[in-house]
Amino acid sequence: MRESIIMKIHYGTALAAIALVAVHILIRLTQGFSESLQYESVIANYKFLPYAGMLEIILILLSIHGFNGLRVILLELKQGRAYEKAVSYGCVAAMIALITYGTRTIIMVNTGTG
Amino acid sequence: MAQIPIITEAAATTPSPKAITLRIARYNPQHDSAKKFMEFIIPYEKWTTVLEAILEVKKYFDHSVAVRYSCRQATCGSCGMIINGKPRLACFTKISELNSNVVTVEPMNNFPVIRDLAVKFERLFDTHHKVKPYLIRDDTEITTDSKEFLQSPEELEKYIQFSNCIKCGLCNSACPTMATDSSFVGPQALAQAYRYVADSRDKGKDTRLKIIDESHGIWRCHFAGSCSQVCPKGVDPAMGIQLLRGYMLGFRS
Amino acid sequence: MTNQDEHKEGIGGMINPRRYGIERVAYLLMRLSGLGLLAYFIGHIYETSTILKGQIGWNEFLELTQTTEGHIILAIVIAMCVFHTVNGIRVMLGHGGVGVGKPTRPDYPYIPASQNVRHKIGIYSAIILAAIAMMYGLAVMFGE
Repeated sequence: MRESIIMKIHYGTALAAIALVAVHILIRLTQGFSESLQYESVIANYKFLPYAGMLEIILILLSIHGFNGLRVILLELKQGRAYEKAVSYGCVAAMIALITYGTRTIIMVNTGTG
Repeated sequence: MAQIPIITEAAATTPSPKAITLRIARYNPQHDSAKKFMEFIIPYEKWTTVLEAILEVKKYFDHSVAVRYSCRQATCGSCGMIINGKPRLACFTKISELNSNVVTVEPMNNFPVIRDLAVKFERLFDTHHKVKPYLIRDDTEITTDSKEFLQSPEELEKYIQFSNCIKCGLCNSACPTMATDSSFVGPQALAQAYRYVADSRDKGKDTRLKIIDESHGIWRCHFAGSCSQVCPKGVDPAMGIQLLRGYMLGFRS
Repeated sequence: MTNQDEHKEGIGGMINPRRYGIERVAYLLMRLSGLGLLAYFIGHIYETSTILKGQIGWNEFLELTQTTEGHIILAIVIAMCVFHTVNGIRVMLGHGGVGVGKPTRPDYPYIPASQNVRHKIGIYSAIILAAIAMMYGLAVMFGE
């Protein structure tokens, strides 16, 4: 993939994440910080499909943005064909692993299979 | 860094109010394992430049100090070096401006050292060449009915700033990405890419944008702006790079 | 070619914020906050997965985070998040060529137009907003 496309995705995910994370934090604050962290409250949040969907989108956006940022930093630190390939594939693998792990939590709580 | 041995020359002379201690980095990659500093007491006037002080050392104390210079008027771009921690042109930096009794000169960072203060410019010239620093168009051959490529003053203003580049390499030396990334194109070449892309006579925009759109190309610039702060000719590479990136992000056409 | 052969400044030079003004400080903070936020994000995904262990598991993990240290860490995360967001918007606009000035014939003393007051205000705003958000976060967490 061309670097310009990767970086456009980087900027796009950042902008989308700003909006959604703001909503996520505002919901926490409007519920009262401590109360919103109570078990029942968290379960209710996960079971509310639009909120669970938003969490999933945030998970994907921040994973892409975060691991691409890490890839950029690592690529600038050291160079070499093998190293750069390892960094790029490693970051993609870590991104997929984190999304999978987070999605598993969201689905299992949402469907009540957890 | 390893411990730096200090060799003091002419130390018997107490510096007068109009004298500085000039510390010159000495390093020959073929013989030395580490850089060492030699100190010299050099008298100066209000107008004395760092280059003149170094040449004073060469004339009266140690002729073997390696330094590259030519025009002595910030035009040739030969005498770039680290002066008191920052990349500057030695001929363009007056000692009196530094407000220090000690002036330390070292070779530019991010350039391989040939000896002492002289560094290799191959990489800078390679990256400069890579962005095709010339007008690209189909009708460059002069024919009998050739006409001038007319340009309005407004069109000239769009790139004239960037054509002031003297390829001194100070921007590449200050750049934080260049500090670790051996493959980065660098601010000098990217600013030159903009200089030609912004030229109304040029038709090579797409070719150049493609060249710099790679993993160690324009996207490795993070707009820290150190390149612009050290440019001795007011080129402002950081501006050129962001304007160039504006084309790639669709902010400019 | 080794680092020494290339005479690269290295990581020490890259992260040194002292020589080139507030823009270089912002560059460093952007990197550090980015790495910090990624670390927090990974931790947060793990932390929230404890909900699968039921109420006891969730409460046990919650107790670990509801400590003074946990609150301080979260306050730092809030500051990093606000700084990274505000400075990120500034950098993104700059990357598009917005607010970096217009090319012109340079005059001595060659003050670079791209390092202008708008961007400096953007950087200071990011730092101040981050500090305010951190204090608000501390007030919320320790106030309850």
